[in-house]
Amino acid sequence: MIEVEDVYFTYPNGIEALKGISLTIKNGEFVAIMGQNGAGKTTLVKHFNGLLKPTKGKVSIDGVETTKVSVATLARKVGFVFQNPDHQLFSETVEDEIAFALKNFGFKETVIKKRVSWALNLLGLTKYRKTSPFMLSGGERKRVALASVLAWDPKILILDEPTIGQDYQQKEKLRQFILQLKAQRKTIIIVTHDVEFVAECNPRVILMREGKIVADGEASKILTTPEVLNQAFIVPPQIAQIFFQLSDLGFPRNIIDIYEAREILLKAIRRKTM
Amino acid sequence: MAVIQTRNLTYMYPTATKPAIRDVSIKIEKGEFVLITGPSGCGKTTLCRCFNGLIPHFYQGEINGEITVAGLNILEHPTSELAKHVGLVFQNPENQLFALSVEKDVAFGLENLGYPREKMQKRVDWALNLTGIYELRERAPHELSGGQQQRVAIASVLAMQPEIMVLDEPTSFLDPLTAKKIFEVIYELNNTLGITVVLVEHRLDLTAQYSNHIIIMNQGKVVLDGEPREILSSKETRLIGVGIPKATRLYQILKEDDGVKLGKKIPLSSEEMTKLLREVIKT
Repeated sequence: MIEVEDVYFTYPNGIEALKGISLTIKNGEFVAIMGQNGAGKTTLVKHFNGLLKPTKGKVSIDGVETTKVSVATLARKVGFVFQNPDHQLFSETVEDEIAFALKNFGFKETVIKKRVSWALNLLGLTKYRKTSPFMLSGGERKRVALASVLAWDPKILILDEPTIGQDYQQKEKLRQFILQLKAQRKTIIIVTHDVEFVAECNPRVILMREGKIVADGEASKILTTPEVLNQAFIVPPQIAQIFFQLSDLGFPRNIIDIYEAREILLKAIRRKTM
Repeated sequence: MAVIQTRNLTYMYPTATKPAIRDVSIKIEKGEFVLITGPSGCGKTTLCRCFNGLIPHFYQGEINGEITVAGLNILEHPTSELAKHVGLVFQNPENQLFALSVEKDVAFGLENLGYPREKMQKRVDWALNLTGIYELRERAPHELSGGQQQRVAIASVLAMQPEIMVLDEPTSFLDPLTAKKIFEVIYELNNTLGITVVLVEHRLDLTAQYSNHIIIMNQGKVVLDGEPREILSSKETRLIGVGIPKATRLYQILKEDDGVKLGKKIPLSSEEMTKLLREVIKT
């Protein structure tokens, strides 16, 4: 469980990035943190694995304050995949990259081998096993970064902008994959701008603006409240847009799922034509 | 007039064992707004690197076939000369920013073209304002967030007002509203100044509505090339796994699977879809 109590954070250059954040994320929850560039999303999640410590207030992971343990200890529990994979990749081959953290955590050679193969396979990277990560495309490098974190099986997984540079099929795989992790009671936190992806996943959404939380709730509620979305510089998903535009005809406004949209529209159309 | 034309263009990176793009034959007309999309690793970025000669002049490797950009055969002209005609915004802004201030970065291209100081300042301010980073002009680019850096990279290219703008996922780090505004600016420049735009994107719900030409690539080859409404609603596109706009998908489901008599103009945006729905619901 992640507990954040009235956290403030000021960068050394004086920029106040978090201004009184309180929230609780339970084990097994799937949360999307959204908001404008510079709203403090990445700063907030960097507190979850102790990369940043609050200037005021406290952050605890499973009851232990992040100021009381090392980042290395926390990392075993909280895996962090960065926005820009180039900040995290450095090995000569994809295989070495994935094995690196496992070696650091002191896993046995046989376990490392298995875990590496498992992670490669999971993210469709087996054919690149011996390739240099820097020869791969942006989207592929992103998957290598994800594989290297998943390999050590952290309990809490933080993904900063996981869908950037990913094509539709990869996103669909990522979605399936997050749902699988969720079924295993992992906690998954994504920082994202991708409204369509969030609309398809339907997680709990936390909306941030200027270092504060402005909304917190189900995706189908938050992504269909234009007033809040505007504040956070989010464009509603296309399905929600269609239903806002049709709201004068008496349609519900909280629709983000394409199949739900289909059912509602079909009923209305058939009623007219019969 | 074609501003970019390739014939059987094939290219292989120096240490690769197979070509990154194969037999690419495309024609981009002056003033078009072209979307290039396809699964990751399909060769989109590689193709863009050919448009300003980074391939083969910088990346080396083996190139075959023909390619002319702004009437120049890229094999015979250095990147510095091609840069006068083609502005490229890279996928990763860090690869392109280097100056000590945002303003200097944005001015760099104009300085190289020998613009007079006053004219240059005007153009730089214009680009900084359009991308909403005027207040960051004295900051160091490397200290900025990914989204802010991306806007600096876009401003640098906008400032040049090149004949051809090639943008490789230029807004991936930006929040959707800012991304939308940037695409509107690019569309506006395309419309008013006739700048040819080549945009590589996965997020078609944000961009398809601006395009009048779409190229879909898969495994290094061009598999579909033509009118966006037709191509985005085709079965092949869906099979390749391109993420078509939700409005287009909803249209397809209602029309094809459910037999609803929706209008003929395939929608690419929510507004277009709403219009079609009103026609069948309000009658």
